[in-house]
Formats: sequence, structure tokens, C-alpha cells
Amino acid sequence: MLSIKNLQVAIEDKAILRALNLDVGSGEVHAIMGPNGSGKSTLSHVLAGREGYQVTAGEVLFEGEDLLALQPEQRAHKGIFLGMQYPVELPGVNNMMFMRESLNAIRRARGEAELDAVEFMQRVREKARLVELDEQLLKRNVNVGFSGGEKKRNEILQMAMLEPRLAILDETDSGLDIDALRIIAGGVNALRSAERSIILITHYQRLLDYIQPDTVHVLVDGRIVRSGDKQLALELEEKGYGWIEAEAAA
Amino acid sequence: MSSTPDTVNDLISSGYEHGFVTDIESDTVPPGLDEDTIRLISARKNEPDWMLESRLKAYRHWLTMVDPEWAHVQHPRIDFQAISYYSAPKKKGDGPKSLDEVDPQLLDAYNKLGIPLEEQKALAGVAVDAVFDSVSVATTFRKNLADAGVIFCAMSEAVREYPELVKQYLGSVVPYTDNYFACLNAAVFTDGTFVYIPEGVRCPMELSTYFRINEARTGQFERTLIVAEAGSYVSYLEGCTAPMRDENQLHAAVVELVAMDDARIKYSTVQNWYPGDEQGRGGIYNFVTKRGDCRGERSHISWTQVETGSAITWKYPSCILRGDDSVGEFYSVAVTRGRQQADTGTKMIHMGRNTRSTIVSKGISAGQGQNTYRGLVRMTQRAENARNHSQCDSLLIGDRCGAHTFPYLEVRNPTAKVEHEATTSRLSEDQLFYCRQRGLSEENAVSMLVNGFCKEVFKELPMEFAVEAQKLLNITLEGAVG
Repeated sequence: MLSIKNLQVAIEDKAILRALNLDVGSGEVHAIMGPNGSGKSTLSHVLAGREGYQVTAGEVLFEGEDLLALQPEQRAHKGIFLGMQYPVELPGVNNMMFMRESLNAIRRARGEAELDAVEFMQRVREKARLVELDEQLLKRNVNVGFSGGEKKRNEILQMAMLEPRLAILDETDSGLDIDALRIIAGGVNALRSAERSIILITHYQRLLDYIQPDTVHVLVDGRIVRSGDKQLALELEEKGYGWIEAEAAA
Repeated sequence: MSSTPDTVNDLISSGYEHGFVTDIESDTVPPGLDEDTIRLISARKNEPDWMLESRLKAYRHWLTMVDPEWAHVQHPRIDFQAISYYSAPKKKGDGPKSLDEVDPQLLDAYNKLGIPLEEQKALAGVAVDAVFDSVSVATTFRKNLADAGVIFCAMSEAVREYPELVKQYLGSVVPYTDNYFACLNAAVFTDGTFVYIPEGVRCPMELSTYFRINEARTGQFERTLIVAEAGSYVSYLEGCTAPMRDENQLHAAVVELVAMDDARIKYSTVQNWYPGDEQGRGGIYNFVTKRGDCRGERSHISWTQVETGSAITWKYPSCILRGDDSVGEFYSVAVTRGRQQADTGTKMIHMGRNTRSTIVSKGISAGQGQNTYRGLVRMTQRAENARNHSQCDSLLIGDRCGAHTFPYLEVRNPTAKVEHEATTSRLSEDQLFYCRQRGLSEENAVSMLVNGFCKEVFKELPMEFAVEAQKLLNITLEGAVG
């Protein structure tokens, strides 16, 4: 589904990603772990099309198509979803209205009929239960005055509504207490399917206790230095990133 | 670090949608201003002598005044001798005969605004034929108003038909000595609207300038007077969201509202005049004096304005809260982009006991636009238990624009309460990216965020007007794509 080859990315001429290779197949869940500054968030932003990054080499194919040539909204239309590390507040923009506009923009772009108000309401209520999000929050403005946990649950709610082909969850676990983590993981697990791939970007092994990845990658200094199964994450948890960084440098 | 400026620049650099010229022959006097010009205006209007005398008195006073320079705006000095003070279109028969003859760009603008075809004809000044619906609409409309005893007519007609009312109220809220531009207006005003709502009458419909547009095109020095007798109610819509045009550089209007006991006046404006080009050439100087007098007890005056046009906007719709328990409100959205400058706000003068006022001002600056809120809240000695709440929010789009807030508070009564809140925020690249990641185009994202910012003001507008104001705002900020 997603194929990244020799991806090199710089911010203001400073190399952040150096020759990154990654293949994610349909239905797979990949975890990308790494220390601060290793390039994890840069990768998620580049995949979603955020401006301010220079791709200096390499290619990214999404279902065979050159992803880097597309605008952020076009990527969303193709089924790419980025769960943000820091979901922004949109003052004055109603949460429910925002989700409806978003869903219908994507449906229109795909030539599908827009959901009417009734269908939409049914769907949003059902999905809100999935992430145990208080319906009152649907009536508020997007993320305004939400707690950290509520913002992250709202992200997963949007993911559930938009049913992406590829979901990239950027440190969705950061700042969550254990209950919130369990709810979010439950939501993500419910969305796992043979047609949907997920990239989990995380600092900690903890999230992987709840969401079992098929593959774990370790990103150090802009390169994937090691890939393995769940066992690799446990090893990192025990030894820290130090040993793997030392190995990579050697 | 990111490429913010480019995106945002694209977003705000779209052209003025309504920069068309409609070639209607008009009857225009040569530029220049002296007593003869004023006599000529008065004569063209078939005015009684008292009106002419009143104009001349104002003119002679104006000659002793100097133009104000305190506003946070910059412009070359205005040459008052270079302006033509009277311009009226020739007979309707000289206008375009059908929509086919009207500038397609104009029609396109109307379509964008969602204005129905028949209204388009009226706005474009198309010659009226026998089947033109608006005529019958206007007729029904006039009959309903007449049955209710409401007077709604052109100011020049009012001067002739209702001289006693005009003499009693004209200049009673904004005297000719008030300020430089109001004084000029008192001398040279060419037309405007007169509304009189008798005691206890709730005006059966929203009054709008649109309904008179075929009768008289309002000139650059309009004079509007609305009198609401005890217990009456009227909602007046000014401007419509039709792209208003004005070939003249200076627009100096005066609006006076008088509300007696328990009367309520709701005055809504959507202004979209030519703002000038990206270099700041051309565009309207919109120097307007608007003031409401809550003369009676429990009277209520509410101003709502959406200001998206003009090169320079200089206006402060105000309320004098004279009657005990009277209420004044001011809700404003002002947008500046390109080189536009706006210095706008309100004055709430609390004189009566238990008077209350609310100010909600939303300023949006984009491009190199400069947006200033200037507001005065004055609690006089008599204003026992008076209350004011002011909220001034500024939204910046891009990094070359400016927002300024000058709140003046004068409290002379210890029981009065004044609250002022102000915020400034920037429409951020983070917000735009978030919306686009969710599948929205940049254009839709901006309009969603800007409309969200203005929501509190839009909800004060009458329904259809609010919808049109939103569309107008979208057009104003359009241009992200392409």
C-alpha cells in the first residue's frame, strides 16, 4: 500500500531523514519508535504533505501513485489520515460541523454522495461511543477547551468517521493516562481491518501493549536502523535507545 | 522554517470582485464647492427655503473647521474642490434595457452572492418594464407600510412631504457642528432615507435600501434619519450585500436614529465598497457619522455592521443612552486586506440610570491591512448602575498586517461597571494544515475559520443577511486556489 524508497528530507538545508526505506502492506500495523529528534514527526508530516520540508531525494508511492506530488487535501481524499501529536484548536468552528464538512469533502472528491444530516448524526453518535467521547464535546468548537485526552480521542473519532486507508498516528499516546490510553487503543483496534494500514509513531513501548504491531521499526538519526517484531520494542523498553544508537553509529 | 508567507499571500491577494463600471449616463455638476453649488443642489431637489438655509448655515460653519487627523489612518489630503457634489442618473429609460446589456462581470458577482434574477435587474439599474416583479413587490410593500402608518421614503421626498417631522428631528442627534465630515454632509447631502414608525407600531417588514433602489440612487453624501416613536420597532438593513459601487473618492454619510420610550431600532449594515488596488490606489474613503439617541426610557438601539470594503473606513456607530434603562449594542466585523485601513468602533454614552451597553468587535486583518478598534465608553455622573461589556477580538492573517485597539473608558459614577476584554490571534499554518489534512480545500478552511471567528456578530444579523454576509466574506478572502 505504502512504499517509501530512499527518502531524504531536509528542513532549511538541514538533513532530517537520510535514506529512509519502508514498506507497509494492506492491513498491516507498523510501529515506528525512536528517540527525540530522530525524524519521526518529520516522516508523518512529509507523508501528509505539510509544507516547509524539502524532499531532496527518494520517492513515496501510495497504492502505486506518487504521493509527494499531491496536495495535503488530495492525500486526505486518497485515504491518508494523520492523527496529530498536537491537535490544534479551531475557535468558532463546531466540532460536528467540521467532521461533516470533512467527511463530505472527501466523499465529493471520490464522487460519492454526501451523507445527509440524519445519516451523519447516526454515524457520529455510534463512533463517539467507540472512543467514549462525551456527546457534549461534539457540540463544542473543535478542540477548544478539550483536555489532552479528549483531543486525542477526538482525533480517533475523526479517524473512525473518515475510515482512512492509511492512518498515521503521531504520538497519539503522549500525555495520556492509562485509562485514556486503553480507550484510544480500543478505538484503534476496532478500526483494524484487512483494507486499512496503520503506522503508529511512538516514543514508548507502553502503547504497543494495547495495540499489537505486526512490525516494529527503530528510527535513529533519520534512518531505520532496525526492524523486528514486538520483541524489539520490549528490548528497547529494557535497554533504552542508547545501545541501538551506539550500534548504528558503529 | 515553513513557507507560510507564500500560501497566505496567495490567499489574500485575490482581486476586487466588483470592480466593474456601469455606463449609465448621469446628470453631474462640475467639481467644486461654494454657496452656489449648495443652492444648485437644493434647487435640483426642489427644496423649501428652510432646508436651503440650513444647508448654508452648515456650509458657513464648515468653512471654519479643519479636517481631523486623529484617526489611525493615512491618506493624502482631500481636495474638496475636486469633488462633484451632485450626480444623479438620467431617466431610467437611459439605463440598460435588459440584463443582456449589463456587464457580465456584474452579473457574475450577483450570482456569486446568490441574488435572485429580479433583484439583479433592480440592482443593475435595468429599465423597468411592465412585468418587472419588483414593481409589484414594491407596491405591495408600500401598501403594507402605509396601512401600518409607517413612513419610508427618500430624504428629499421627506423634506417636501413631511417638513415638520424633518425639522424636528434632522440634526437633533448629529448637529451640523458635530464634526468636519458631518458638517459637510449637512451642507451638501444629496439623498438618503427617512423612516418614521408611529407609536406602538411594529414595522411589518425589514426595511432595506434595496426596495428604493430604482427610485433614487443614493449619492455619496447620504443622510438617513429613523425615528421610532414610543413602543415601536423597526429593523433597517443598509447596503444589502449587493456590490455597492461608488465612483467617488469620498463618502461622508450621516445616520441619525431616535428611539423614544420602549422603542427598539435594529440597524444592520453590510458595506462592500471598492477598496482600491493592491498598491493602495483608488478606493473609497468611507467617513461616516452614525449615532443613535435612546431618548426614551427602556429604549433599545442595536448597530450591527460588516465592513469589508472601502480603502479607508472611519466610522463609529454610537449610542447615547439618555433614557433610564435604555440599551445600546454594537456588533462589528471589519475586514481589511491589501492596503485597506479601518479605524472603526463605537461610542456608548451612558447618561440614564441602569443603562446597559454591549460591544462586540471582530477585526480581521490580512495582506497589509490595518485594522483599528477605537471605542469610547462614558459613564456620566447620573448613570447609576450603568453597565458595559466590551469584547474586541483581532484575527491576523499573514505577517504584514496590523491590529490596534484603542479603548477609552471614562467613568464618573462609582456604581457603574465597565468590562473590557481583548484578544489577538493569528490564523495559523497549523490550523490550515489541520483542515486540509481532513480533506478541506485551503479556501474552505480559511472561510470556515474566519466565519467561526465572526459567528457572534453574524448571529445578530437578520437571517438572509447573515447568509449573504458570510458569502461576501468568502468572496473577500477568496483566492487561495488558482
